[in-house]
Amino acid sequence: MKFASRLVSFDPAPGDRFRPICTPIYQTATFEQEHTDSIGEYDYSRSGNPTRTVLEKHLATLENGTHGFCFSSGMAAISTVTRLLRSGDEILADSDLYGGTCRLFSKVIDRYGIAVRYADARDPEQFEQQITPQTKLLFVESPTNPLLRVIDLRQLADLTHAHGALLCVDNSSMSPYLQNPLDLGADIALHSATKFLGGHHDVTAGVIVVKNEALAEQIYFVQNAEGSALGPFNCFLLLRGIKTLKLRIDCQQQNAQAIARFLASHKQIKQVYYPGLSESCDFDLQRSQARGPGSVLSFTTGSVEISKAIAEFAEFFHITVSFGSVTSSISLPGTMSHASVPAKLLAERNLPPDLARISIGIEDQEDLIADLDQAIHRATSRKS
Amino acid sequence: MSTHDLNDSTVAIHGGRTLDSHASSILFPLYQTSTFVHDAVGVNKGFSYSRVSNPTVDALEKAIGALEATPPAVCFRTGMAAITTLLLSVLKTGDHAIVSDVVYGGTMRLFRVVLDNLGITASFVDTSDVANVEAAITPATRIVLIETPGNPTLKLTDIEAVSQVTRRHSILLAVDNTFLTPILQKPLDLGADISILSTTKYIDGHNMTVGGSIATRDEKLLERLCLIRKTLGTTQAPFEAWLTLQGIKTLPARLRLHCEGAAVIARWLETHPAVKYVLYPGLDSFPQKALAEKQQRAPGAMIAFELKAGAEAAIQTLNSVQLCLRAESLGGLETLITHPSSTTHADVDPELRRRLGISDGLIRLSVGLEAPEDIIADLEQAFAAAVSGVATKEVAHEIR
Repeated sequence: MKFASRLVSFDPAPGDRFRPICTPIYQTATFEQEHTDSIGEYDYSRSGNPTRTVLEKHLATLENGTHGFCFSSGMAAISTVTRLLRSGDEILADSDLYGGTCRLFSKVIDRYGIAVRYADARDPEQFEQQITPQTKLLFVESPTNPLLRVIDLRQLADLTHAHGALLCVDNSSMSPYLQNPLDLGADIALHSATKFLGGHHDVTAGVIVVKNEALAEQIYFVQNAEGSALGPFNCFLLLRGIKTLKLRIDCQQQNAQAIARFLASHKQIKQVYYPGLSESCDFDLQRSQARGPGSVLSFTTGSVEISKAIAEFAEFFHITVSFGSVTSSISLPGTMSHASVPAKLLAERNLPPDLARISIGIEDQEDLIADLDQAIHRATSRKS
Repeated sequence: MSTHDLNDSTVAIHGGRTLDSHASSILFPLYQTSTFVHDAVGVNKGFSYSRVSNPTVDALEKAIGALEATPPAVCFRTGMAAITTLLLSVLKTGDHAIVSDVVYGGTMRLFRVVLDNLGITASFVDTSDVANVEAAITPATRIVLIETPGNPTLKLTDIEAVSQVTRRHSILLAVDNTFLTPILQKPLDLGADISILSTTKYIDGHNMTVGGSIATRDEKLLERLCLIRKTLGTTQAPFEAWLTLQGIKTLPARLRLHCEGAAVIARWLETHPAVKYVLYPGLDSFPQKALAEKQQRAPGAMIAFELKAGAEAAIQTLNSVQLCLRAESLGGLETLITHPSSTTHADVDPELRRRLGISDGLIRLSVGLEAPEDIIADLEQAFAAAVSGVATKEVAHEIR
C-alpha cells in the first residue's frame, strides 16, 4: 500500500459495534472492570485509552516501527527518552538542537548525574571521539533546527551501535511521510506532533516510535509512571490531522521549493539554508535518506534589524514559535525558539543572530512570494 | 469583593473567574491552539506556546488558586505528572525525600523505579506519628510528601504537627490533598508549603479527564515549577482544562452530597454482621477521629472496609455488585468499588501491603451521588452472594 493510502486506511475503532468511520473520543478517566481479579484491556486513561491506542498503533505503522507512544508534548516525549538513562550515563547530542531540548539537557538532566556532550554530528570522526564507555544515547535532529543541516543517519546508526548505544532521531521537521529514521537504523523515532503530524496548530503532542519490544516496555513504563500520555481529545485531533499529512506536505514543500529559489536569487538575502536547493551541500545526502527536503527553511540578511523587520512586515507569515502548520510562520531562533540554548553552546553552534526561520504553509505560492518580496523591500529600504 | 470574603461554594463558581473580553461568554472559551501570534519579534500578549501557557489552562489555574487561597495553581497533564514535575523541580542526585507509607501506589512506583535511577532516595515512614518524620530527616532531606487521608486505609497525618518539624529543618512540606480537596481541608492554612491534587478525582468530579495541580504561596517555587513544567512538557491540555473548569463549579455542592451518602453507608457497614471493620473518619470508631475533626471540615467520601469472610469474599463481593462500578479512580458521580491489593496498590510489595493494613480482603469505596439506600441494597445483595458463594460472574452479568 502506498503512503497516501496508509494514511487513511486503518481500523479507526477496533471492535466497536457501531462501526464508526472516525475514532470515538473516549473522554473518560477510568474504565469499569468486568472482574475483580483480572484487569481488562483498559483500567485508567493515564495507563491506556482506546482513542490513544488507535493513534499509537497508526503512528507505529506509519514510522515502520512496532510500538508507538503519544505524549502531552514533544518535550514530554524527549524527557521520556532520557529516562532510559541513569545517573552516571552520558548523552551525546548534535550541536544544532531545538532550544527546549537543550534546556532539558542543561537544566534538568544534568542535575541527575547524566552528562550531555555536544558535537557536530556531520563530522563522524569528531562525533565519535566524544563517545565514552558511559555514552548510552545519541540524540540528533535531521535536518536540524534551525540551520537545516543534514546528518547521515545510516552512518550515525552504525557508529552508535558499534558503541552499544541507542540512536534517537527527532524527526519533527520531516514527519513519517518524508523520512523514517527506524528504516535508516535509528532505535527511536521521535516527533513533536505539534508540527507536521498535527499540521493545524491545534494540538500540542509528542510521539515516540520504536521497533523493539524491550525498549517499548521501558517507554511504556515511564509514560504510565510519570503520567505524560496524550489526552483523548488531542489524540482525536491528531488522528484527523494525520489523514491529510501527504496532501499538506506536498503542497507546503512545493511552496517551499519556490520560495527557497526566490530567496536564493534575491540580492538582499545573504544565505538560504534549505536542503532542497541543488546547490546545497546537503542536497544529495538529503535525497539519499529522505523523500523530500520539507518546508522549513532559514535565511540570513546580514543584519538582525533587517531580519526582524522582515518578520514584522510580512503579513502571511505570523511571528510564532513552532512550525509545520498549514499557516506560514516566521521566527528569529536566536531570540525566540532557541533563546534557552546556553550562550557557550550558542557560540559554538555558529547560529547567526540574523537568522530567520520560516515555515511554509499551504497559502497560494504567489501570495507568499509577493508578501516576502514586499517585506524584504520595506525592511531594507527602511534601513537605508 | 475579595475572594477572602466569600464562601467556598461561591468561590468555586466565581473565584479567579477569567472574563472573556471578546464575546462576554459566560463560559471562558476553549483555546484549542498550540501557538500564539506575536505582535512583533519578542513581543506577545502573555501567551506564546501552549506547552508553556494557554489562556484556558490559565483560567483553570486561577480557579484552583482561588479555592486554595494561593496565587494561580500550576496544572499538569495528570496527577502523576504533577508529582513528577514537583519532585524533579526540588530534588537532584543525592537528595532525599520522606513520604507517607500509606500513599497511592503510583507515587511509590515513581520513587522506586524512576527517581531511584536518578540517584534520589526516599524513606517511606508512618507519618501519622510526627516523631517518625523527625527521625527520618537526614542532611540530604529536601521534601516531605504526605497523603492525608492516605490511600486506601485513610490513615491521617497531622499536617500542622509535621509542618512544625519541616519548618524547623527548612524542608518543604507537600500534601497530596486529592481525597478531600481544598473545600474540606486546606493544607496551606495548616502550615504546608505545597498542596497537590489529582484533579481527575473530585475537582473534575465526572470522570471526564485526568489531570493534576500544584498550589503554593512560594513565588520562587511557582516560578521553578513553571520552568520545569515547560521543560518536561507536562502541561495540562486546553480541552481537559476546560472540562475541569466546569467541574469545579459544583465541587462544594457535590462534596456535600458525597459526604452525606458516605456517612450513611459507613454507619450501615459498621452494623452489618458480615463486616469485620470499617475505616471512615466520620465514625466514632475511627482511631483518628479527633485529628479528622481538627484538620478536616468533613470526613470525606472514601470508605475502606473488610469482610469477616476474608479475601475471597471481597473478590466475590466486587464481582457481584450491580450498581457500584468496579473501577480504579475515585471522586466521580458513580460509586466505585476497588480492590486495592490487586489494582491501585498492586505494585506495592505484598509484605509491605500487609504491614500497612492493605490486606487482600480490603475493599475501598468511593461513594458517588446515587441515593445511599440504593448503594446499600446493592452491597447487601453482593455480600449475600459473596458469603453464600453462589454468585458467579455470569449470573451477575445477566442481571445487569
